[in-house]
Amino acid sequence: MILQSLKMAWEAIVSNKLRSFLTMLGIIIGVVALVVLVSLVNGATGAVTSEITSLGNDMVTINIKDDKGSPIRLEDLDDIAALSAVGEVAPGTSMNATAKFGYSDATVTLYGTTPAYYTIQGLTLKYGRFLKSADVDNASYVTVLAYNTAEELFGKPDVVGEELTIGGRSFLVVGVLEEDTSMFASMMGGYSAYAPYTVESRMADEPYINSLSVSPSGDTDETETQVQNFMLARFHQDEDAFNLVNMSSISDAMSTVTGTLSLLLGGIAAISLLVGGIGIMNIMLVSVTERTKEIGIRKAIGAGKKSIMLQFLIEALVVSLLGCLFGLALSWLILEIVTLVAKTISFSMSLGVVLLAVGFSSAIGLIFGLYPANKAAKKHPIEALRYEG
Amino acid sequence: MTDITKVYSVGGEEVRALDGANLTIREGEFVSIIGPSGSGKSTLMNIIGCLDVADSGEYILDGQSIEQYSEEELAKIRNKKIGFIFQNFNLLSRMSALSNVELPLIYQRMHINERKANAQRALDRVGLSDRSNHKPTELSGGQQQRVAIARALATDPAILLADEPTGNLDSKTGDDIMALFHELHRAGDTIVLITHNEEIAKQAQRRIRIMDGRVTEVGA
Repeated sequence: MILQSLKMAWEAIVSNKLRSFLTMLGIIIGVVALVVLVSLVNGATGAVTSEITSLGNDMVTINIKDDKGSPIRLEDLDDIAALSAVGEVAPGTSMNATAKFGYSDATVTLYGTTPAYYTIQGLTLKYGRFLKSADVDNASYVTVLAYNTAEELFGKPDVVGEELTIGGRSFLVVGVLEEDTSMFASMMGGYSAYAPYTVESRMADEPYINSLSVSPSGDTDETETQVQNFMLARFHQDEDAFNLVNMSSISDAMSTVTGTLSLLLGGIAAISLLVGGIGIMNIMLVSVTERTKEIGIRKAIGAGKKSIMLQFLIEALVVSLLGCLFGLALSWLILEIVTLVAKTISFSMSLGVVLLAVGFSSAIGLIFGLYPANKAAKKHPIEALRYEG
Repeated sequence: MTDITKVYSVGGEEVRALDGANLTIREGEFVSIIGPSGSGKSTLMNIIGCLDVADSGEYILDGQSIEQYSEEELAKIRNKKIGFIFQNFNLLSRMSALSNVELPLIYQRMHINERKANAQRALDRVGLSDRSNHKPTELSGGQQQRVAIARALATDPAILLADEPTGNLDSKTGDDIMALFHELHRAGDTIVLITHNEEIAKQAQRRIRIMDGRVTEVGA
């Protein structure tokens, strides 16, 4: 019976192609809006989240604004490193200085730090080595350059063993980092260089550590709590004395924002699907009136209420699902094109979105087909037979 | 059929379309019901055809009493026991002749192979087996009426109920259709023919006249 109704529905749809297509258009547009918008948000979220993770998702940074007379020195970092949830600790103080090599110069951000910084920040070396403990202990004038800094000053990346001046002092380049191609690096720009903390603090005339980063030994949130408590104890329970940033909480916030965004856009798209559903109902009502005679004939030769109802309901359902299918195909095409244009970010339809679109379309076909189908089924056979349309 | 009464109220006024009509049609008979328009002819046909139920009285069809059935049950009875043939054929123009004949069998949920065979057999009986894939619009009026008769025959009903079957046809094709009815009658089908044309009515075995809702036998 269902198969027969499907066949009848198909015949009815094919017999009036333009009208069926226009009816479907509402659903097609709705589905495209839903799938494309949600997929775009998901694709962008995926890209941003992976960027944040590459920045060092499992890292807590602390900036000290007011040391309350008990400043943090390099030796104090051992106390923080001794906390159970803390893996490694490194200072991250910085200053701006002019770096010169020959006739080329650039303003660089010089970070004063220790070897632990390398693993905490998740850096990778391209050439040479990173800072060593001996460099910090001896306050050696050695530096590690970022890839773009080396290119800017020397015109080439492989500059290990070269000498340059930063802030008027001569430094030996011992290493160059891998090129940073992430979105954030290109957004923030700038040139950076890394020197032993002891050297940088002397140059900056800043004997205390006002910025440090901590890597967790396990759970990042636990690390955050422990470090927070340590700092509160040190700074007389003054929460405003320092600023603590947990990178994983940033990515959590990010995913909350994008989740809300995709819900919002999906909601707007769902409204257009709803409008498409009203279009289906409209056309189905016209169709039922037009086919009053057909309904009369079918009833006279023995079609019951249920058969007529089923026939028109399935017709509405087929229209909406066919529209959904076209919509999905069109969405796929659009996303492929967007991916081609955007280059860096790949957008794809997730199974969830497809299922959502199919589910929503069938629900709409069913809901908006119900009233016209019921109207058709309720027609009295004698009056329907007499109808001349 | 005993004491069938059907009362319509039109604009607050009661109209007795059928007033105690009594009628018996036996199996294998060819009966014509004749009467002018407004005589209650259509009402009688609707009740015989189970499109409508009487307000009072008893109607026994094929040993089964048709009382206040629900619409769904009436549809089943129409499907199995009644074969309708209309003045204006009432075929579905989108479908081929064969599909039109298959339609009542679809509602019986008959299996596809059996259904095709039955429909083809019915088309053979009306002499249209070579036109089975034509759409009604591609057929002449007489051929369309033959398809309609085939559709009525397909379910092997208790009664063939023909409402002015020749009304929309010229006299030549009308005669052909009447010849077909005689042939079906000889083969044992029960035929009830409703018409206002005396000439057509005379061809039946038995004539029944209906006037102002009352039924009288005209005689064989």
